[in-house]
Amino acid sequence: MHFIVCIKQVPEGTEVEIDEEKGILKREGVDSKLNVYDACALEAAVALKETYGGTVTVLSMGPLQAQDVIKEAYTLGADDGYLLSDRKFAGADTLATSYALSEAIRRLPPADVIFCGMQTTDGDTAQVGPGIAELLELPHASYVSKISGMEDGCIFVEADMGDGIEELRIGLPCLLTVTKDLNQPRLPSYKLKKATQNRKVNVWDSKALEGADPSHFGLDGSPTQVERIFPPPKAHSKELWQGSPDALGQKFYAKLKELKYL
Amino acid sequence: MSQMRVNQDLCTLCGACVEACPFAGVVMGEDSIEFTDSCRLCSICVKACPTGAIWLEKTAAGPSFDLKKYKGVLVFAEQRQGEIQPVTYELIGKGLEMAKQLGQDVAVCLAGSNVQTLAEDLLTYGVDKVYLYDYPELEYFRIEPYTAIMVDLVNEIKPNIILMGATPVGRSLAPRVAARLRTGLTADCTTLSVKENGDLVQTRPAFGGDVMAQIITPRHRPQMATVRYKVMPPAETVQPHGEIVHCKTDQAQLQSRITTLGFRPHQVASSITDAEIIVAAGRGIGKPEGLELLETFAGLIGGVVGTTRPLVEQGWANYNQQIGMSGRTVRPRLFIACGISGAIQLVAGMRGADTIFAINTDPDAPIFDVAHYGIVGDLYEVIPKLIAIIEEGGSLGAISQVG
Repeated sequence: MHFIVCIKQVPEGTEVEIDEEKGILKREGVDSKLNVYDACALEAAVALKETYGGTVTVLSMGPLQAQDVIKEAYTLGADDGYLLSDRKFAGADTLATSYALSEAIRRLPPADVIFCGMQTTDGDTAQVGPGIAELLELPHASYVSKISGMEDGCIFVEADMGDGIEELRIGLPCLLTVTKDLNQPRLPSYKLKKATQNRKVNVWDSKALEGADPSHFGLDGSPTQVERIFPPPKAHSKELWQGSPDALGQKFYAKLKELKYL
Repeated sequence: MSQMRVNQDLCTLCGACVEACPFAGVVMGEDSIEFTDSCRLCSICVKACPTGAIWLEKTAAGPSFDLKKYKGVLVFAEQRQGEIQPVTYELIGKGLEMAKQLGQDVAVCLAGSNVQTLAEDLLTYGVDKVYLYDYPELEYFRIEPYTAIMVDLVNEIKPNIILMGATPVGRSLAPRVAARLRTGLTADCTTLSVKENGDLVQTRPAFGGDVMAQIITPRHRPQMATVRYKVMPPAETVQPHGEIVHCKTDQAQLQSRITTLGFRPHQVASSITDAEIIVAAGRGIGKPEGLELLETFAGLIGGVVGTTRPLVEQGWANYNQQIGMSGRTVRPRLFIACGISGAIQLVAGMRGADTIFAINTDPDAPIFDVAHYGIVGDLYEVIPKLIAIIEEGGSLGAISQVG
């Protein structure tokens, strides 16, 4: 069995200041981490490997410092890792990102299951997983919250569709995007950390994807364009109350009563 | 390949771009600024540069086809277990508004099994056409057949805009349809408008939800967007004037490698989406016990407890309680934010509430820009006080009004 897990390095905090005049943002202390849903995707793949045998490959796209999340994935049970990194991939929207990742997957050993987190915590679009599945012409299920097992070339999963749980049987190969309900990711293993400290990350630039259409990469391959960014609109009417806890509690009560919520 | 360029004669090495870049995409080099692999071509530095030395050089790319051939709005009507999902009526409302502006039609795509009556129901919202795909294979949402019929219909009627609900189904289906059509898709739009030339202007929180981004799809059609439930007002019912078009598709299109083995509905009580009163907890509660206090408070005022993302990430709350872009959008009558700083990520998921109270110790917390009533104080002091007053039937509170 070969499992591929698509992962992303995302900013840790979202403490941000907005310069209103220029409409630009200042982000302070940008620490990075592995996207939480991707950690669940990786855990699912490693758990399947432990049950059914095989290997787990992680794949990411981003600047060179994103090698860190691939090294982190090694300490969590991934066997091999690839980073797509090239200025030509910069400015990619979700379609161009899906395209580059799908072209990388085509150049890896064939996967039985491709995993993605259900969304990233910085983009929140949930679009890249289904986009990869489409470009690779694979069936996919989003919001997978349970994996029951694999049998006869199929994987049995449950997907949380908001109004309820769907029980699905999906023919392999397929792509799954996973929720946090799926599992509790293990902590990095000290043993694996020592064992993998010299394991290299395969860095692929656009030339490694020879044969792919370069006009589909990066900003040029992105149908959507950000026209402008601006701070969020503010409420028109507002009151700010200060005072002792007693006074605030009483004022709060009186206002709730006045507005007929009590 | 598009790239950031610098006019060295204008650059004063002031470092404003380096400071403004949220991605460390531009750094100070020896005798000029340098763009790194982290640059996302977002052009924030272009605006930050006081001398206008930076610009984005774009590769010239004309439209690959005639954009004007694409007309009207197509709404995907999501039905689950034989019921139209209510976000559909909100998409129709927005679709009608934009189509009217351009003098064009609104069509709806409905897929399912034995759903003729739903198609008739959709006509009462004033749409011009309902394209109905009624096949037993379409009873449950399965990605391949649903993608196939949407793409067939788009190729047939060539809509300028496609709107889908940002539901689990919509967020699974829309990116596949967009990828097959190789067109742009913007998730979770909070506002939508249309320009005279037919360009769809899409606004959504971006960069982790700290700012709003205005996004367009200038060279591709159709332009696709998803919108969450309860973000836009629903269409009103009218005297129907539209027609139902029965669409045919062949068996090959209906095949799927996915088999639906069963469905277990969630308990309705677990949903915060339809709650009228929400008490929401943020990182400022500091400890998981804070949720117990807020549960007590919510119970007293007939509300439910929701939380922000960090609390779910820490395992203090369940995902189905999470409010915000990464969780659920809510539009209750009353929203009480406790210990919530107010990142746009969260605000985008609750700003539609009728009345918003916020309690926070920091008078500069952004949540106070959104709240109608801001209470600068410690929730562990104010809430117990409020609970005591409510439990005593207001005897402590109603008497002494404090200014």
